[in-house]
Amino acid sequence: MTTTLPSASGAAAVRQPRTRVRSLIRAIPLAPAIILMLVFLLGPIVWALYGSLTNTALSGPNAANPQFVGLDNYRQLFTSPTFPLSVVLTLIFVVASAVVGQNGLGLGAALLLRRASKPVRLIVGLVFVGAWVLPEVVAAFAAYAFFHNTGTLNALLAGIGITGPNWLYTYPMVAVILANIWRGSTFSMLVYSAALNEIPDEIKESASIDGAGGFAMFRLITLPMIRRAMAANLLLTTLLTMSVFALIYIMTAGGPGFDSTTLPLLAYQEAFKFSRVGYGTTVAVVLLAIGAVFSVIYVRLLKPEVDI
Amino acid sequence: MRSHSQRLTAVLAGVAVLALAGCSSAQSGESDQTTLKVVYLIEGDASPLDAVMQQAKAEYEEANPEVTVDLQPLKSSADDYFTKLALMNRSEATAPDVIYEDSFQVKSDAAAGYLAPLDDRLAAWEDWGQFVDAAKAAGEGVDGNIYAVSLGTDTQGLWYNKDVFEAAGIPLPFEPESWDDLLDAAEKIKANVPDVYPWEIYAGIQLAEAGTMRGFQTFLSGTDDSLFNEETGKWVVNSQGFEDTLELISTVYGEGYSPEASIALDPALTQTVWGTWLPEGKVGMVVDGSWLPSGWADTGATPFPEWTEKIGWAAIPTQDGGGAGTTSMSGGWTVAMGSKTKHPDEAFDFITTLLSEQNALKFAVEGTQIAVRDDVAAEPDYTGANPTVPFFTDQVDVTHFRPATPDYPQISQQIAIATEAVVNGTSPADAAKAYDQAVIGIVGEDNTESGR
Repeated sequence: MTTTLPSASGAAAVRQPRTRVRSLIRAIPLAPAIILMLVFLLGPIVWALYGSLTNTALSGPNAANPQFVGLDNYRQLFTSPTFPLSVVLTLIFVVASAVVGQNGLGLGAALLLRRASKPVRLIVGLVFVGAWVLPEVVAAFAAYAFFHNTGTLNALLAGIGITGPNWLYTYPMVAVILANIWRGSTFSMLVYSAALNEIPDEIKESASIDGAGGFAMFRLITLPMIRRAMAANLLLTTLLTMSVFALIYIMTAGGPGFDSTTLPLLAYQEAFKFSRVGYGTTVAVVLLAIGAVFSVIYVRLLKPEVDI
Repeated sequence: MRSHSQRLTAVLAGVAVLALAGCSSAQSGESDQTTLKVVYLIEGDASPLDAVMQQAKAEYEEANPEVTVDLQPLKSSADDYFTKLALMNRSEATAPDVIYEDSFQVKSDAAAGYLAPLDDRLAAWEDWGQFVDAAKAAGEGVDGNIYAVSLGTDTQGLWYNKDVFEAAGIPLPFEPESWDDLLDAAEKIKANVPDVYPWEIYAGIQLAEAGTMRGFQTFLSGTDDSLFNEETGKWVVNSQGFEDTLELISTVYGEGYSPEASIALDPALTQTVWGTWLPEGKVGMVVDGSWLPSGWADTGATPFPEWTEKIGWAAIPTQDGGGAGTTSMSGGWTVAMGSKTKHPDEAFDFITTLLSEQNALKFAVEGTQIAVRDDVAAEPDYTGANPTVPFFTDQVDVTHFRPATPDYPQISQQIAIATEAVVNGTSPADAAKAYDQAVIGIVGEDNTESGR
């Protein structure tokens, strides 16, 4: 025993530098990807951080000579009346359409589809995937036509004797949230279907032998086993939904007033409509920060099993 | 697994190489041919400007075979056009040589360094003397240099549907002398003619300049206040006139004279109003530009040959008939040379071709513009082009211009926000207060003064 120890540690000491060199060599093929990520992902973020500290404009003297204004943009943003409204609208939009709507509907559909017969599964699958394969602009116009004052929804309601409201004007957030649920649930359904298929039949079988009913089975077996997929899916849908722009822009353009101006629309409006690029960038940076907070929360909440 | 990720890396590296190669090949490919990039705006389907551009291109290319004029019309709303133009102007690779530029953007874009000063070239151009002084001033930058040459100007008037007015029992011709006369007429239409919007006032963020200039500022110019004090160079906040104008808009929407907010805030509304509602008698009256008849012409977007009989026009009254009694607002478009152009001589030459007497006349007639060249203004083809020409030319005497400062485009957006707020039910006082704060935020408290 004692004689083998030194030789073992000696061998380890010899091997260590070699492994380091080898892992360095192995990392070389990764370099292009890492460089691309640094240039095209980290680069814009750093640039945005810098841009948010200037008063760059699209036109006027500040377009020719933008000045460094420190935290002025942030000070102005945090005291403006539209900012808190916009943050609240963004949170409502994300929670209602992504966390509750897309995840709930996606999980529900995935669970139900496992028990459905093959033709039902096929038809429902087609309907769901239909919304997903539509390009965002097309989906947004379809949703616009559906919720428009004289659109499909109100025509259907009129058919059963109800005069529908002007959804896009009276309930803009409801309209865009429903549209986003319609559009995004497919993704969640696909993720959950895949995760549910991964649960081994033996475990479910032994659980039912132990007397687990439908709900207990879901809570004790299904949910824990799809936790990883759930965390990944929540993270992805949250981040995707937070940056939704075209859907809302086409349906309501952030209006009426600022009643559906989520942060991406506010950033666009400030930068490109009101030509205050620096200020718009500030909004974008805040959006980035909120996204980061969401990511950290999800990763923390679902520890330790989760490694995304 | 490993071979998979290695393959992926190789693919990514390949893509990167291709992308770099793409960048370099885009910059090569020089030839003897000079290309002039001309960027302009097309709103709607028919564009008198496009016709003039095509003609100028043909003329210029025939006289200068070594130059290709690359016309790049942007089909968009005027608001998006400014954004696209500004983004193009930021980079040498995309900046246009010749730019069709709204006169209210000239000072702002000149200050941004997007436009080249033209003083020396204009001094050497024999036709420059033909331009009226107001047109010359329209192209001036803050530094006093001329950055753009006026294509034409316009004034605003009150357009009304005669059938609607007759049905409401309002004697024609309609000659309102105060805002109260307008409100009375609207009330009569509301009471007597069903299913008609008596009085449309453009408002809201999506309508952009149509709302802030044609909707708001024409009426503000009829009060005792203004947006900007030209003498002190300060923006006016806390002004009674501003609040009164918002009050007027609030009344017009509150009484249902204008369509409900969900329709009124539609970005395509202006075209619907003059193209469909006014001809069909769905709207009683609207303040709009002198250019409307170009849209009703046979070559226009919505031909309406009977317009001379069905449609009336009147001067816009001041708030209580004071001052000159009537008022108007003027804008107009100009042509400028991009500061990043590599061919300034050719670019300026093309501008002079575009603005020649013949082409200016064609644009003034087909685009129903108010001529800014003396020789064009004297042409019988122009003065007899349509029955509104003398009327709208007369409005030049009482007209107003938008504040000539680089800050104006930003402040205009704040006016749009204020009008949209009152349309949606905010009180005029609150909307005015929010506007005041926003203006102070943009120009700083030192550059504002109280109107009361």
